[in-house]
Amino acid sequence: MTADNDVPPIVEMRGITIRFPGVLALDGVDFTLRPGEVHSLMGENGAGKSTLIKALTGVYSIDSGTIVVGGERRAFATAADAQEAGISTVYQEVNLCENLTVGENVMLGHEPRVGGVIDWRATHEAATHHLDSLGLRIDPRSRLSSHSIAIQQLVAISRAMVLESKVLVLDEPTSSLDRGEVERLFDVIRGLRDKGVAILFVSHFLEQVYEISDRITVLRNGALVGEHPIAELPRDALVTKMIGRELDDLATLSSSAHRDIDRTGTPVVKASGLGKRGILEPADLEVYPGEVVGLAGLLGSGRTELVRLLYGADRADEGSMEIHGQHAKVHSPRHAIDHRIAFSSENRREEGLVPDLTVAENIVLGMQARQGWVRRLGKAESDAVVHGWIEALGVRPANPHALVGNLSGGNQQKVLLARWLATAPELLVLDEPTRGIDVGAKADIQRKVSELSADGLAVVFISSELEEVLRLAQRIAVMRDRRKIGELESADVDIDGLIDYIANEGEGSAA
Amino acid sequence: MNRIYKHRLFWPVLSLLVLIVVNTIARPQFIEITLQDGRLYGALIDILRNSAPLMLVALGMTIVIATRGIDLSVGAVMAVSGAVALTIIDRSGSPGAVGTVFVAVIVAILVSLVLGAWNGFLVSVLKIQPIIATLVLMLAGRGVALLITGGFITTVNSEPFAFIASGYVLLLPVAFFISIAAIAAVALVERRTALGVLTESVGINPEASRLAGVRSRGIIWGAYMVSGTLAGAAGVIYASNIKAADANAAGLFIELYAILAVVLGGTSLAGGKFSIAGTVIGVFIIQTLESTILFLGVPSAQSPVFFAVVVVVVVVAQSQRMRGAIARVGDAFRKQDAPERDDEKVEVAR
Repeated sequence: MTADNDVPPIVEMRGITIRFPGVLALDGVDFTLRPGEVHSLMGENGAGKSTLIKALTGVYSIDSGTIVVGGERRAFATAADAQEAGISTVYQEVNLCENLTVGENVMLGHEPRVGGVIDWRATHEAATHHLDSLGLRIDPRSRLSSHSIAIQQLVAISRAMVLESKVLVLDEPTSSLDRGEVERLFDVIRGLRDKGVAILFVSHFLEQVYEISDRITVLRNGALVGEHPIAELPRDALVTKMIGRELDDLATLSSSAHRDIDRTGTPVVKASGLGKRGILEPADLEVYPGEVVGLAGLLGSGRTELVRLLYGADRADEGSMEIHGQHAKVHSPRHAIDHRIAFSSENRREEGLVPDLTVAENIVLGMQARQGWVRRLGKAESDAVVHGWIEALGVRPANPHALVGNLSGGNQQKVLLARWLATAPELLVLDEPTRGIDVGAKADIQRKVSELSADGLAVVFISSELEEVLRLAQRIAVMRDRRKIGELESADVDIDGLIDYIANEGEGSAA
Repeated sequence: MNRIYKHRLFWPVLSLLVLIVVNTIARPQFIEITLQDGRLYGALIDILRNSAPLMLVALGMTIVIATRGIDLSVGAVMAVSGAVALTIIDRSGSPGAVGTVFVAVIVAILVSLVLGAWNGFLVSVLKIQPIIATLVLMLAGRGVALLITGGFITTVNSEPFAFIASGYVLLLPVAFFISIAAIAAVALVERRTALGVLTESVGINPEASRLAGVRSRGIIWGAYMVSGTLAGAAGVIYASNIKAADANAAGLFIELYAILAVVLGGTSLAGGKFSIAGTVIGVFIIQTLESTILFLGVPSAQSPVFFAVVVVVVVVAQSQRMRGAIARVGDAFRKQDAPERDDEKVEVAR
């Protein structure tokens, strides 16, 4: 425990209430942040974590309650106001200008100037210095968009450091980082904490929360459950507080991986030598009815690239596909949909949601697109589909007229899953469907996938969490460096074996 | 109930009502409507009649803007359409025949449809930014119109053609019925089919829509074709009104007024959600404002300034910040009546 209760808090939020149309997002929540502590905000999706952060940082205006920062009562009208007052935020989804250079992003608004003109040499030197302090050795003159999400995330954190903030808010900063990058980030966080910076940390990774936090505040359904020093809150107690019930749902799913699949018939989809120059080396993939094929590999290994070619989201320049044994051309998502292939992108915000439309409109979008614009889905049919899937997947709030942009990440993911399931697909491709969502929603989604595949649906499942892949998939295709390096029966391997395969198998045996 | 001010059409409707009230106070005969020879006359009737060209153009613009686009060429398309119609009537042996006028109007509108399709091709297939793609025709269109008329202002004396803009049916101007028909057609096609929601989806998130299987190319292409067609019809009404094809004056700056009408009606230029009712009200606001300028006798040199001032006031009153401020004032009043917080729960349950 590095923080004690005698230090006057830097942030005090009292009775914060925020309403969205149809949603009470926060209901009289208190939150206290002290200098020199790492304070984790925990809760399921929809618990109100992101909303509380956005209330603090001026993104949302609060309907009632008070916010005191550094002893002064504040009401930030914009994120810039909050930044001015020393509160910096790094969001889950990187919020930088992709078309600017790394250096410009890091220093934006704080460029050294000579007589009113930006001194670019000094700007890039300063940027390099800040990047170095994170152990990030990249050219500050390179375009941000040329780097992976993980690097962009670290750039975002470098930027927060340039602002010399007293409060650093990290909303799911580690969801796209690998182990080494997380360690590096944590070193930096500890360094900042020891300098007296107050850090508000949000993550779904329990290990990371316990590794880095001094204190935990738990929210549930928009209300405060409690604030606890980390030493007084064991993990099972935390999980119980978060979900309000004991949970061992995940354990009961393990059976699905060991179901026997009949691979003597025709595969639902058979891709042969599917590839695209500079994107993916030619790869084969077969998926049989009722089978879950997992794609395992590191970020950027070609998992996403392969399924995008499979779906026609990107156009393959070599290889061929057979669907139910018939040669098929899948050059666009429309073709894929006509062949009853559904694809849920890993990039919810950019490639999945239509945020200003309602939950209902988002769910029926896939069906309506397939049916064409002339014949609108009947109200009765549409209502039945929407209510059915809201019920089946447990979307919260269960209000079909809520704007989907106002839902939490996990519920948005459920809406997207509903959109695709409503089209009655024969092959369902899910790219990171459980990333950045809580245990409860994750269990709901895994259970549904498991059930549907037992009923004959073919599934391709991508996840960075190998345990999840091993639990759901009967067969695992392993990717590395934009190449498929092999396939494993998941009954034959455990997690260590899989990690070893990803790291070492197939060296030098490239076709 | 007292949440009426949160309705998205509240401010546009209020602005329109305020304009009418101000006019009526200034000169009470503004509101008067008289019946003469089986026709209704009055300032309000004039507004219904004169707004027809802008109404058609603004309806098309609404759909284009919903797709994240913009159509700057509508004024030029109006000029081409007028030139085509007038040239056909002028060169025919019987300019006064209904058949001639019918053919002229149909051909003019078809030509406009082709021009709209050209815009749509540039935007949806070649992926040229809409402002650039439609700028091409905006600049070239009037030249084409001049080419068609041979560089002159073609005038005709054709009873049936003049009837389009100046005629009366069932007490009301024909042009008004054309407006109503266009509004009804667009509203029916957008809202009774799935076109409206798919258009919004494409406008809000094009990539998500593509991956969801929406044929966004066809939807965007179609939007420009609708815009071109409606602009063509507007060009016919305009030409009918002056009984001439004036390639330089027809539809001049109408693209800007149409964009203004769409925005006044509450549709965002960022694309996505659109409101046809809002656009209709936006058009009436602009047309009433034009009448106000005439009616109050604002000297013509100062009328653009007057127009601009009123537009600024209306736009500011409709801005998010201003609405938020007004809503907060309203909430403060209501909270004095009911100091307990409990009613919030009830709202959520609803």
